[in-house]
Amino acid sequence: MKYDAIILGAGLSGLAAGIRLACFDKKVCIVEKHVEIGGLNSFYQMKDRWFDVGLHAMTNYSPKGVRSSPLGKLLKQLRFKHEDFQLCQQKESEISFPGVSLRFSNDFELFRQEISEKFPNQIDGFDQLTQRIRDHDDLSLKSGFLSSRSVLAEYLTEPKLAEMLFCPLMFYGNPQADDMDFTQFTIMFKAIFLEGFAKPLGGMRHILKLMVDKYKSYGGELRLGRAVKSLNLSSEEVNSVTLSKGEELQAETVISSIGYAETMRLCAPEKFPEDSLQDGEISFVESQYVLNVQPSEIGYDKSIVFFNTKDEFSYRKPKEMVDLASGIVCCANNFDYPKEQEGLIRFTFLANPDLWFGLSRTEYKEAKSYWQKKTLEAVVGFLPDFRDSVVFLDTFTPKTIKKFTGHANGAVYGSPVKIRDGKTPVKNLFICGTDQGFLGIIGATLSGVTVANIYGLKASY
Amino acid sequence: MTRDDVRNAVIGILTDIAPDEDFDALKDEEKLRDQFDLDSMDFLDIVMELRKRYNIEVPEADYEQLVTMTSCIDYLQPLLKNQQMAS
Repeated sequence: MKYDAIILGAGLSGLAAGIRLACFDKKVCIVEKHVEIGGLNSFYQMKDRWFDVGLHAMTNYSPKGVRSSPLGKLLKQLRFKHEDFQLCQQKESEISFPGVSLRFSNDFELFRQEISEKFPNQIDGFDQLTQRIRDHDDLSLKSGFLSSRSVLAEYLTEPKLAEMLFCPLMFYGNPQADDMDFTQFTIMFKAIFLEGFAKPLGGMRHILKLMVDKYKSYGGELRLGRAVKSLNLSSEEVNSVTLSKGEELQAETVISSIGYAETMRLCAPEKFPEDSLQDGEISFVESQYVLNVQPSEIGYDKSIVFFNTKDEFSYRKPKEMVDLASGIVCCANNFDYPKEQEGLIRFTFLANPDLWFGLSRTEYKEAKSYWQKKTLEAVVGFLPDFRDSVVFLDTFTPKTIKKFTGHANGAVYGSPVKIRDGKTPVKNLFICGTDQGFLGIIGATLSGVTVANIYGLKASY
Repeated sequence: MTRDDVRNAVIGILTDIAPDEDFDALKDEEKLRDQFDLDSMDFLDIVMELRKRYNIEVPEADYEQLVTMTSCIDYLQPLLKNQQMAS
């Protein structure tokens, strides 16, 4: 038996691609290395609590009825209703730099007001930049790099404002160090400032369950705990996929969400030169603190804070194991939930994957607890001290990310080189997900939809 | 299928594609795209659903025949006349 499509990876993009193909009666099988679904954006259970990983919040919030937005497109393509996602909007977030902070919410006007108050001579440039972003075709499947730093310099004369804009946009979706591709910048600017944050009630677990149920309802097959050992090529086509236990599946088309370099390295017998495969190196450490109080009770009411304690914002692999100078604090409770949730604060810092991978087991444990303490100290520097209220704590590192995403270096946003049209040198092998270049939860999902439509359903748009 | 059946069949597809929309107010002579904010992804879905439910292929050159409800019925009814409504 031959599948119409085999999809590698049961994360958001793989599941979305699977739903599209299965919906139109294609014979589809998703193979997932882990026994849990989700990949980068997933969930886990510990001591009877469910935690999200990857997701701080969903970006790209748009209200019910808006169908042309990324969220609207995704809902209709996957045949979900807006209320299925149970989205709870953020209250208010902030970008915090030395001496100045900018508040923002799902109402873009607040952010604009903040900029006009704090950078009065920049607001005209900012408005023009916003217009350029609105007009930019970020769904284009053409590749090519345009430096966001150089574009921003055309509109903003105050470098600090540019740094403040970069901070959340890079943290939430930049696979490369220091600069950012302008199309990527545009995607993230729209996703975060023009649209905004929301969290699904029930977390990633809820979203992923919706997707898996829908995929299975269309007859899609899902194999968990099956790593792919090789993609077997002959005359520039992939004919079959060999799974870790030796099983071989035939396929017309293969769509891989596991990363471009990671995919090409599985091809056999042909090898693709390593210098054509570029791994990312932007990775993070993150801790989740469960509290026995509501953060608002101890005076903390922000949804997400992107902070930077130095004048310049440095977004690159740090020299030390963790870069304490900047980070993200996400407080799950400060979203508009219909009922109170247990107190939860999460914070995230840039980390150096090489240094984490080089450790022995004992050293790793020690480093984890050392940096747990250090990051906590850095955060209570500007958050109310919540240390007496902690009832549970868990931390993940680049090593954890690598284990669960399979991304080389634990690079959260994958390779700095994106393959926008999803094509590879192999005729019937396509890339979706992180390395196709639409990042974030909505982006990843739309990526799966787009790649499935074009290469699986042969849409011509 | 009668013209009414074809109309109902198209409404059935649209309802699945855009569950948040209300198609009761649909005007047959006006462009679907303008009334319901349908984009190229939606038209792909209409075509895919026609193939799935009624086993008819709409070649790309004929997509423009699906612009209004009336033009949909004009184009689809001859293709569907020997078929029953899909449940």
